[in-house]
Amino acid sequence: MMLPAVIALWFAAWALNEWLVRRRFASPALARVRDLAVPVIFGATLLMLWEAVTRGFDVPTVLLPPPSMIWERIVNSVPILWADFQQTFLKAVLSGYVLGCGSAFLVAIAIDRSPFLQRGLLPLGNFVSALPIIGIAPIMVMWFGFDWPSKAAVVIVMTFFPMLVNTVSGLAASSHMERDLMRTYASSYWQTLFKLRLPAAAPFIFNALKINSTLALIGAIVAEFFGTPIVGMGFRISTEVGRLAVDMVWAEIAVAALAGSAFYGVIVLIERAVTFWHPSVRSARAT
Amino acid sequence: MTRALTEGRTIPILTVVAALVVIWYAFAVWLNSPWQIDRYEKAEVEWTTGQLINDTLNQERPVLPAAHQVAVEIWKTTVQKKITSKRSLVFHGWITLSATLLGFAIGTVLGVALAVFIVHNRAMDKSMMPWIIASQTVPILAIAPMIIVVLNAIGLSGLLPKALISTYLSFFPVVVGMVKGLRSPQAHELDLMHTYNASRAQTFWKLRWPSSMPYLFTSLKVAVAISLVGAIVGELPTGAVAGLGARLLTGSYYGQTIQIWSALFVAAALAACLVMIVGAADRIVMRRMGLAR
Repeated sequence: MMLPAVIALWFAAWALNEWLVRRRFASPALARVRDLAVPVIFGATLLMLWEAVTRGFDVPTVLLPPPSMIWERIVNSVPILWADFQQTFLKAVLSGYVLGCGSAFLVAIAIDRSPFLQRGLLPLGNFVSALPIIGIAPIMVMWFGFDWPSKAAVVIVMTFFPMLVNTVSGLAASSHMERDLMRTYASSYWQTLFKLRLPAAAPFIFNALKINSTLALIGAIVAEFFGTPIVGMGFRISTEVGRLAVDMVWAEIAVAALAGSAFYGVIVLIERAVTFWHPSVRSARAT
Repeated sequence: MTRALTEGRTIPILTVVAALVVIWYAFAVWLNSPWQIDRYEKAEVEWTTGQLINDTLNQERPVLPAAHQVAVEIWKTTVQKKITSKRSLVFHGWITLSATLLGFAIGTVLGVALAVFIVHNRAMDKSMMPWIIASQTVPILAIAPMIIVVLNAIGLSGLLPKALISTYLSFFPVVVGMVKGLRSPQAHELDLMHTYNASRAQTFWKLRWPSSMPYLFTSLKVAVAISLVGAIVGELPTGAVAGLGARLLTGSYYGQTIQIWSALFVAAALAACLVMIVGAADRIVMRRMGLAR
């Protein structure tokens, strides 16, 4: 009884999406609404399927709680979630992110003046970005204690190298002709830097900022597994898993996902505003 | 000769590495000395600076172990231990590596399959792409412990749960890269296939698939590094039984800093090897295709 209904629901939603993407809309506004609606329908279908399957097949809630139960848990434990969010995101992630990206940016500008350092540091930076840096979490917890500074330290190290590598290659992005033009204007090093090379490097820098936004959240939460005061998203996840209170874990995950997406979204918005001249932004706007 | 050396990459890299080692030793002395001085004063021994430096670099449980201590520990736990021994890093490294490779393989197959569907079906493209991107803003590594515990509860344990976390992390770069790669043939190339009356399958195998190869390998390099991270984090909550992640966790429980650092270095070496192997495969395939750069 259950199974055919679920399958029918799936096919109905899929057919609706197929029909939607094949339609041609005269006005661009309608087309944009369509582009928004299609993934939303898909996501809603997934949620409904999840709900139907967990309830219909009596999946033990320890394994996978239905979305409605998770939502109930979120609504009922806002203060705890808010405290965890404050500890992990507002304190550890944001401070680590700002310090890590900021220092990498400054270091990149400093080594940009020395080709020797560039050739030495860039391959190493590329190498280090491929390493499992998350492993330094236990060391940082040992050095900086249980509270948020140790998590911020992990975030700093994790965000440093992607930012460094991207900024250095971004600073090399302006072409010779453009730099020669700046020379004919008799502009100083700093003028060239601020008026030509930093704007030209912006797409690369934003790329690193986007990569780092997800890395930072991961770093902070995983670092909390190695020891925390009794607050924080990573702490909550690991203890509630131990107590098999899976709905709380999922509530925490939902908050993390929301925070991660919002963080990413904010950076994308800033990127659109700053690098409005870049082809990828312009073409996105045209369609 | 000297000019070639200074303009190449070797000398700059070696210089930077040497500088890093010097900084490391300086930090080791600085961070370890408070504890050492404390001990001297308790034992009421006269001490000189030379002696202090020597002792700080040879502590049992230093705050920051010196490079040679880590090297000795790695040597002891890889070459001098039997591979089957529980204290051998080769043993732990193999456990992590097998989970990594399994997850990487599943992730690659899944990623390529999804990309093929997305390229050939507009509804898939419109409805799934945003969710695939959103899926990566979910800090999956943070949820890894729960996935492991939950899968354990239904009787799935050992390699597969860890591999699934690696899969989740590694499929994303592959999907994004392959969608880009499979769409990289230009309009006139697709038109040419059309004039040949090529079927969709023929267009795929003779045009889209070959032209996506550079994109595939770039994504694979990212994917393999990230699936190692997934496997290591996946080992943290399983009660620290085996694997490099378990070595990190037990090291942090018992304050064995040298053990943590050696596990870290082995993990780093593993990551470097994996990326290099993918890079070598990349070069071989590119040369066979006549696309060598």
